[in-house]
Amino acid sequence: MKVVVCVKQIPDPAVVGSLDEAFRLRRTGKVILDDADTYGVEVALRLVEAAGEGEVSLVSMGDATDVTGIRSALAMGAVRATVVSDPLLRGADALTTAKVLAAVISRDEPDIVIAATESSDGYTGTLPVQLACLLELPAVTFATSVAIEGGVVVAQRQTEAGYDEVRAALPAVVTVTAGVVEPRYATFKGIMAAKSRTVDVLTVADLGLDAHSLAVRQEVVSVEVTPEKSAGEKFVDDGTGAQRIIAYLERVKVLSGGGS
Amino acid sequence: MSALNIWVVCEPSGTDITTTSKELLSEAVRLNATVSAVSWGPHTDGLSDLTGSWGAHHFYDLGDLGGVLPGSVVAATVASLVSEGTPDAVLIPASTDGRDIAGCLSAFLDAPVLTNITGLREGPDLLSEHTLFGGTQAAFARNLGSAPSIMVVRPKSFAVGTPAAASASRVAVTPVTPRVRLVNIASSHIEQRNGPALDDAQVVVSGGRGLGDAASYGLVEELATLLGGAPGASRAIVDAGWVPYSHQVGQTGATVKPTLYVACGISGATQHMVGMKGSTYIVAVNKDPDAPIFSLSDFGVVGDVHNVLPALIAALRARS
Repeated sequence: MKVVVCVKQIPDPAVVGSLDEAFRLRRTGKVILDDADTYGVEVALRLVEAAGEGEVSLVSMGDATDVTGIRSALAMGAVRATVVSDPLLRGADALTTAKVLAAVISRDEPDIVIAATESSDGYTGTLPVQLACLLELPAVTFATSVAIEGGVVVAQRQTEAGYDEVRAALPAVVTVTAGVVEPRYATFKGIMAAKSRTVDVLTVADLGLDAHSLAVRQEVVSVEVTPEKSAGEKFVDDGTGAQRIIAYLERVKVLSGGGS
Repeated sequence: MSALNIWVVCEPSGTDITTTSKELLSEAVRLNATVSAVSWGPHTDGLSDLTGSWGAHHFYDLGDLGGVLPGSVVAATVASLVSEGTPDAVLIPASTDGRDIAGCLSAFLDAPVLTNITGLREGPDLLSEHTLFGGTQAAFARNLGSAPSIMVVRPKSFAVGTPAAASASRVAVTPVTPRVRLVNIASSHIEQRNGPALDDAQVVVSGGRGLGDAASYGLVEELATLLGGAPGASRAIVDAGWVPYSHQVGQTGATVKPTLYVACGISGATQHMVGMKGSTYIVAVNKDPDAPIFSLSDFGVVGDVHNVLPALIAALRARS
């Protein structure tokens, strides 16, 4: 069972983000492994454990100056990582990123490719499906549970109304939602092992990709500040909070006044 | 400039189409576009009249897809159709199936996709509006490549118009088999809910981490019932497994625009605020006076939900 997990290092979400002069998210500060990706790594590790054989590897695209986030996924139990890092890819849209990741993944011929439904910085949420189509694999999206039964991936797929049970023959791309499983904490042994695991850093040229096919094809034209909403009333509860909420709801006519 | 040519992917919902699909048709009409609707499913018979009444001139009817996820099939079919009569834009609802369709269409057409759109602006090019940093800024973007622009639009970005007595001309289309294998739907499960649906409710009461434990979510449900509304949740407690995903409000959950939104023990992460900031009146109860939710609330109570909610529930019960 060969499983590849797509992971992303993102700016620390605890720090308020900002844009550079080209309207791109500044990625200068500390980067961490996207929390959304820890679920995918966990699902991958469990699939390999259930199969009794195989390995989990990681692919990523982005600045590889600091790969601490990637190492934290290796510490969970992935055996190696490939990061495509190239100035040519600055400002790449999701389809371009998918082309790059597809070029890496197709060399591995995995049984299953796992990704989060979306990253926690860009929230584009289309990359895994684009990747699946480029690899000519079925995309099982929004999975809240994943199992392999006789060469078929069986998943519960979250819908607006509930969930569907869906099935696709392997190989396949699966996107997992946050909360699908409880990600394991890296053990001390895992953290030590991760230090010696290989993180391959590749460029666009290494992958034999044509730079023209990776050209930026969408742009932000302008960014406007949204008028701030004026601050509402706020007070510290002194035991009258509930009564004051009711009075407010009567004032704005959500509740009819004066009780019944 | 000549009139825009806009295609709208209309997601079926029984014999109807989803509300977001109607919002997109309505906006295309507002942009004075020539509008084409695309839909599928076992109940497309009435959709020429239905999509026509919402402003579509043409209705591409893919018919029943036979128990598979629609993403790659609908995308492959739309990709083959747009190569004939190229639209300026294909508008797609930001739903689970909509996002699958958009991703596949992007790969099949080798065209980028604009997602999480909350508005459209007409100029020399059709611009998409995107909310940034929880709504403090808005970015306007466009595609530089060849048409069509693939645009995925969040629910409730546009008001629905008034349906007219008109019908779209139906074009029967044989679904195109995509070059990827299909995903079969073995069974569908609907989560039972009492009261109004989350995205239609006039009142939404949501709970977050500040509730402390899963059992306290009962307070949120009870308050929602007393106010005739629907219970919602922050991503944090959905991820923690306290309530199902169908309750989630926010970037990755439902977008709601009720008359009243009550946030209980929700700090107000960007992820959450994007999904509820359009509410008319926002009431927040949170222990932390510096919680970001108070920057958005019309009426904020700095206090413990375990004190305020039971008192509120008792007071509302006494009124009924």
